[in-house]
Amino acid sequence: MIGLAHYLTVAAILFVLGVLGIFLNRRNVILMLMAIELILLAVNINLVAFSAFLGDLTGQVMAMFVLTVAAAEAAIGLAILVIFFRRRGSIAVDAADRMRG
Amino acid sequence: MSVGLSLELIVFLPLIAAIVAGLGGRWIGKTAAKTVTTGALFVGAFLSWPIFFSFIAGDAQAQVVPVLDWIRSGDLQVQWALRVDSLTAVMLVVVTTVSSLVHLYSWGYMEEDPGQPRFFAYLSLFSFAMLMLVTADSLVQMFFGWEGVGLASYLLIGFWYYKPSANAAALKAFVVNRVGDFGFSLGIFGTFLVFGTVSIPAILAAAPGMAGSTIGFAGMRVDTMTLLCLLLFVGAMGKSAQLGLHTWLPDAMEGPTPVSALIHAATMVTAGVFMVCRLSPMFEVSPTAMHVVTYVGAATCFFAATIGCAQNDIKRVIAYSTCSQLGYMFFAAGVGAYGAAMFHLFTHAFFKALLFLGAGSVIHAMHHEQDMRFYGALRKEIPVTFWVMVVGTLAITGVGIFGVGFAGFHSKDAILESAFASGSVPGEIAFFLGSLAALLTSFYSWRLIFLTFFGEARWGASEHIQHSLHGEHEDPSEEHGDSSHDPHEVPAGTGGYHPHESPLTILIPIVLLAIGAAFSGFLFSGVFVGAETAPHFWQGAVAFSEHLAHAAHESPEWVKLTPTIVMLVGLWIAWNNYIRDPKASAAFVATFPGIHRFIANKWYFDELYDRIFVRPALWFGRLFWKGGDEGTIDRFGPHGAAYAVGVGNRFTTRLQSGYLYSYALVMLLGLIGAATWAIWWAR
Repeated sequence: MIGLAHYLTVAAILFVLGVLGIFLNRRNVILMLMAIELILLAVNINLVAFSAFLGDLTGQVMAMFVLTVAAAEAAIGLAILVIFFRRRGSIAVDAADRMRG
Repeated sequence: MSVGLSLELIVFLPLIAAIVAGLGGRWIGKTAAKTVTTGALFVGAFLSWPIFFSFIAGDAQAQVVPVLDWIRSGDLQVQWALRVDSLTAVMLVVVTTVSSLVHLYSWGYMEEDPGQPRFFAYLSLFSFAMLMLVTADSLVQMFFGWEGVGLASYLLIGFWYYKPSANAAALKAFVVNRVGDFGFSLGIFGTFLVFGTVSIPAILAAAPGMAGSTIGFAGMRVDTMTLLCLLLFVGAMGKSAQLGLHTWLPDAMEGPTPVSALIHAATMVTAGVFMVCRLSPMFEVSPTAMHVVTYVGAATCFFAATIGCAQNDIKRVIAYSTCSQLGYMFFAAGVGAYGAAMFHLFTHAFFKALLFLGAGSVIHAMHHEQDMRFYGALRKEIPVTFWVMVVGTLAITGVGIFGVGFAGFHSKDAILESAFASGSVPGEIAFFLGSLAALLTSFYSWRLIFLTFFGEARWGASEHIQHSLHGEHEDPSEEHGDSSHDPHEVPAGTGGYHPHESPLTILIPIVLLAIGAAFSGFLFSGVFVGAETAPHFWQGAVAFSEHLAHAAHESPEWVKLTPTIVMLVGLWIAWNNYIRDPKASAAFVATFPGIHRFIANKWYFDELYDRIFVRPALWFGRLFWKGGDEGTIDRFGPHGAAYAVGVGNRFTTRLQSGYLYSYALVMLLGLIGAATWAIWWAR
């Protein structure tokens, strides 16, 4: 029987993968965007799992919102990425250090 | 015009003129500034003489003109008030007359100086402060004037502010005067403590009642009046350059010559004598204090005269001479002959201002060469200056016979006779030292005349003359600006350079002063020291002793002849050494090198003070500066904090990598921390 704990475990694994994807990835901004998507998905799984477990639809409604926001965020992120590539000629994360103090 | 109104005009016109010339000099121009200040002083002089004469005639009474309330604080009531009595009248005449003539003289002497409005403003400010001092009705007001003249003196000594030596001299004068002022202010505090008032008439009235009382001071019981008088006298010693606190006066000669004449000869330095005379009923109560005054005066009188004999700078000779003459005034006051002290102050103002201004005229003619070794044979070149200098010298050496003579003859004889007639041991010592000093006075005064005006012309070797001859522009730091002539106009002639007589603005004041130096003694002798006439003049303004005046008048014939004899001896020595045989002085120096070195180095007072006070003070200063301030406070305070911030910065900038993921990591760590705290501890 697959219970709540299994869902939460999968979500946690996905979340940690996403976080590590942000930190360990040094080469590609697209990978970073994908990692963010992964984190959002992990959160969504949590929301849906709790919603089913508690019998409350609110969590699933919230998951729909998160999906919408994630889509918008991906669109903006990719747009920024295109501009970034045009200006710098590269999308390597290591090159994006102009905020260094 | 009422006395009150004219008194206010005399005192406050110079202040107004100083403000107008000092603050507005830039807009009204130098001629207007000079006119305003000089005019104010001449008005003052014309108003002062009638006051003086009305006191001589006996139809004026001492009076006080209130001006303003100043301090009302508990028991301390101080008023601005102008007091005029015969003593003040004498000082008014001296100050305004000399000051106005010096103002006029400065028109010529400071002709080419760029800072003329400033100079005249300072001169007028000084005159105001001095007049405030002499008209003071309370000790606090006197202290105001006292500090005011000190300030003006500082500003004027350092007038050529680009000369390091002038700045050093100005500082020295100020610091040495602080020592005296410390005593003076302690004296004022003590007087207020004892009498409960600072009003001079009230203090003088109460002083005899305090005889024999004691007061605790520095852990001892001491006689009240002796303590107060000695503290006040320390102030007088500082201002009047008496032995021990005299070192600033010769250095003050760095200032322009008119300043030396006005402040450091005729007026400000006599403030100490004036103060002792003004407070004479107080000093009369304490015989000990009187003895100290006598000893200090006599010692200064002799000591300064010896130094004067070995100086080569014309202004320094006259400066030491001033110091010595002030010694005469003090020991006269010390033996109780206040009339004689004021008389000498009065005559000295004329002949010493004359000598200084005459010396200024010589310096002016000699292109700022002040060393007498580079003078000589100037008698024909600058005849007017020569003759007035001779009159001044006749006056200071006291030439006269059968009761008729130049100014110094009357006043110095009165002092020496009073000292002898006082009959006390300090009086005898003062008479002896005073007579010896009179011999030295005669020697160094005639030496000055002989070296300057007689003998061979020696100015060809002078650097200053060379500079002017070769048309070199002197370094601005050495150029004094007060009278450089256009080098191209210097005619070729004897020695390659012709000294030229000074302009009329210089000659008129010195000729007027020469008249004063010649006749002031003879005309006013009876008024100041006459046994019958003087009491009517003084009217209790000073503690005039008729008995002493009588005794002085009846002193033995040899006492009366002593000053004349020593004067002739001094003259003969000078003539012998500098006219008959110019090599004689060098031979004397070669025979007694030790004595000469000792005297030429001013008895090593400066060196002594340097060892005792200046170096330890500098050492302490350096200790607190390097060790205390920089080593401790700065190191652990501002500098330490700044260093810590720097180190912290270097560390935190390394955190600011600019990589998004490292920021995200920090965010995550924070989040984890916060979540952990929320789950485990904040439950």
